[in-house]
Amino acid sequence: MKRTITVLVNNKSGVLNRMTGLFARRQYNIDSITVGVTENPTISRMTFVVIVDSMENVEQMIKQLHKQVDVLKIKDITDEAIVERELALVRIGATPQQRGEIASLAETFRAQAVDIGKESMTLQITGNNEKIEAFIELVKPYGIQELARTGVTAVNRSSKISTDTSRLTLIN
Amino acid sequence: MIHSNEAATPQAAENKQAVCTGSEILLKALASEGVEVIFGYPGGAILPTYDEIYKLGMNHILARHEQGAIHAAEGYARITQKPGVCIVTSGPGATNVVTGIADAMMDSLPMVVITGQVATKVIGTDAFQEADMLGITMPITKHNFQIRSIDELAQTVKEAFHIAVSGRPGPVLIDLPKDISEKLGIFDYEEPVHLPGYQPTVKPNKQQIRKLLDKFKEAKRPVLLVGAGVLHAQASEELTAFARKFQIPVAQTLLGLGAFPGEEELHLGMAGMHGTYAANMALHKSDFLINIGSRFDDRLTGALEHFAPEACIAHIDIDPAEIGKNVHVEIPVVGDAKEALAMLLKGSGAIAEHDEWRKQVSDWKRDYPLWFHRDGEVIKPQELIQKLYEHTKGEAIVTTDVGQHQMWTAQHFKFNKPNRWITSGGLGTMGFGFPAAIGAQIAEPELPVLAITGDAGFQMTLQEMSILQELDLPVKIVIVNNASLGMVRQWQQRFHGERYSHSLFPIQPNFAKLAEAYNIKAVKVDKLSMLDEAIAETLAHSGPVLLEVCVAKEENVYPMVCPGTGHHCMEGVEPS
Repeated sequence: MKRTITVLVNNKSGVLNRMTGLFARRQYNIDSITVGVTENPTISRMTFVVIVDSMENVEQMIKQLHKQVDVLKIKDITDEAIVERELALVRIGATPQQRGEIASLAETFRAQAVDIGKESMTLQITGNNEKIEAFIELVKPYGIQELARTGVTAVNRSSKISTDTSRLTLIN
Repeated sequence: MIHSNEAATPQAAENKQAVCTGSEILLKALASEGVEVIFGYPGGAILPTYDEIYKLGMNHILARHEQGAIHAAEGYARITQKPGVCIVTSGPGATNVVTGIADAMMDSLPMVVITGQVATKVIGTDAFQEADMLGITMPITKHNFQIRSIDELAQTVKEAFHIAVSGRPGPVLIDLPKDISEKLGIFDYEEPVHLPGYQPTVKPNKQQIRKLLDKFKEAKRPVLLVGAGVLHAQASEELTAFARKFQIPVAQTLLGLGAFPGEEELHLGMAGMHGTYAANMALHKSDFLINIGSRFDDRLTGALEHFAPEACIAHIDIDPAEIGKNVHVEIPVVGDAKEALAMLLKGSGAIAEHDEWRKQVSDWKRDYPLWFHRDGEVIKPQELIQKLYEHTKGEAIVTTDVGQHQMWTAQHFKFNKPNRWITSGGLGTMGFGFPAAIGAQIAEPELPVLAITGDAGFQMTLQEMSILQELDLPVKIVIVNNASLGMVRQWQQRFHGERYSHSLFPIQPNFAKLAEAYNIKAVKVDKLSMLDEAIAETLAHSGPVLLEVCVAKEENVYPMVCPGTGHHCMEGVEPS
């Protein structure tokens, strides 16, 4: 199963290394990581999407993360009301004749053309994982020349925060 | 960021704080932490610090290999419960302490390790004697630091000590670049430690304690499993009172030995791969298992699918990550063992009748004790350990390496008091026992210290006999010489068709002559009838002694839970 976990950490060099090192040696499979500084410049926010076998596995992972001195707060937000976004840049083959067709296709997904060349164009799309997957699937026939994805970043929605406090009682 | 050279003068005047070099700041900080002894080895990148040690005349123990220094610091930490401090240089000096750091991490020993580092401007250039200690030790330290500015040095030392001793103890490394140890800065040790991300839970949750007590009232076959966490929390008294009050049998892990008196009726001995039949069967048949401060190591549990199959399990641990890590736990209690036991003792007194269970457990103890067969004049290692116990009346500190001699000592030496038993449990480090004994003897000059080692392990760190010679430390080295890597040989015999691939040592050094070279008294014995006398002579001598005991070469450690099986199918249980 996929779980989305957000971690607030001290914005110091090497902290990401501590996190990923911990994941690697304990065999936790990371699907994606995004990191960026928060409104407080001394604190960074990391969003991990991990693939695990069981909830026990997630719990153990969170507990291990908690042991890191530079970790301030951890939340498994998978089951909460969240906004999650990923960004992808896709350069696909596009002859001048195909451009119109691709543009209308992009419009349906609210993707934007950010670069146009003679025989190719680059599209930018943001959204959740499924939307991006679907979009990539759709543009595949044109020939994907290059693809860059950011991985998921996420925050709680301002309302309807679910309160499943039964889990992870040891640390939350 | 204040540049120290400019800022030093006005601030110093204002705060009446002295301008110091980084090395001075470091040593002042160590002194403020109450550090009495430093174990170490000098080298290029740490020279300014060593210069300061020279000027201040601090108590520094010079090992002959960095591994010796760090294991000695571990031994010191184990006995004093204070952080062992080890200072080494960059590159090879630093990488030589890696084993000891990993060992301290596995066995939760409080340690502060200071490694020299090349100057900041050449870090990352593969400079002479540069090693990425931050990267290397990240997975084997509780936390590590690299000092990037003189202004953060004092506070970092303070944080390092705080992290090393609080919560679950562990090793903390400070990597100190040479230029920073030479720069000028201000020694300010007034600032309190502020680590918002590091807040160990000491007081357990009341509800969880109540839940444990409620369950306890129904338990017909309760067992306490006690690990090193009880010793770290200095909770032996509470534990003993709790076990006595409710008459619960106590099984101990290898590292938990001494937390509960070894001579008590309720004491079942060590559990696990080479544990007693009584301890393992008690775990297997238990309906309520309370684990205090043990991490359910695989050497303890055997195959998890057969572990305590009928038991509801409660786990008290200061490290929440240990709870539920290996074994499913119904009642988790995060907190310090001392606090938890005090709360449990205060709880209600009524418990289920379990006289029958206690009788069953003591029957197991009586019918299946640890055993060995005598064989004429051949010295059996088990008897050697029993005799060491008798001669010292248990009033000794005992250290070991890993392997057969370790298991025989754990089985046959009774530890009646805490902090008398030092062994490399988690990492299983050969070469650990002897230098650890040196640290222990420095920490506890009054007690006899026995370094029980194998002939192979001793050869990994024997150069530390230099320290014994220099300080005339009365450590007694007991070499259990079976001319082999005993445990490896045992496994090859049992699991690898008796193919003894590189585990036999047909040619041995003359240990007595080695001792002589270091000006240490040597005693050698290979006949059972001479054993008592040899031990007595060893213990009677006021200085260090190397006692070489040639034991039965093919003796195996029994009983045994073979890998992949459960506690109920022990091999080599024998008597009845």
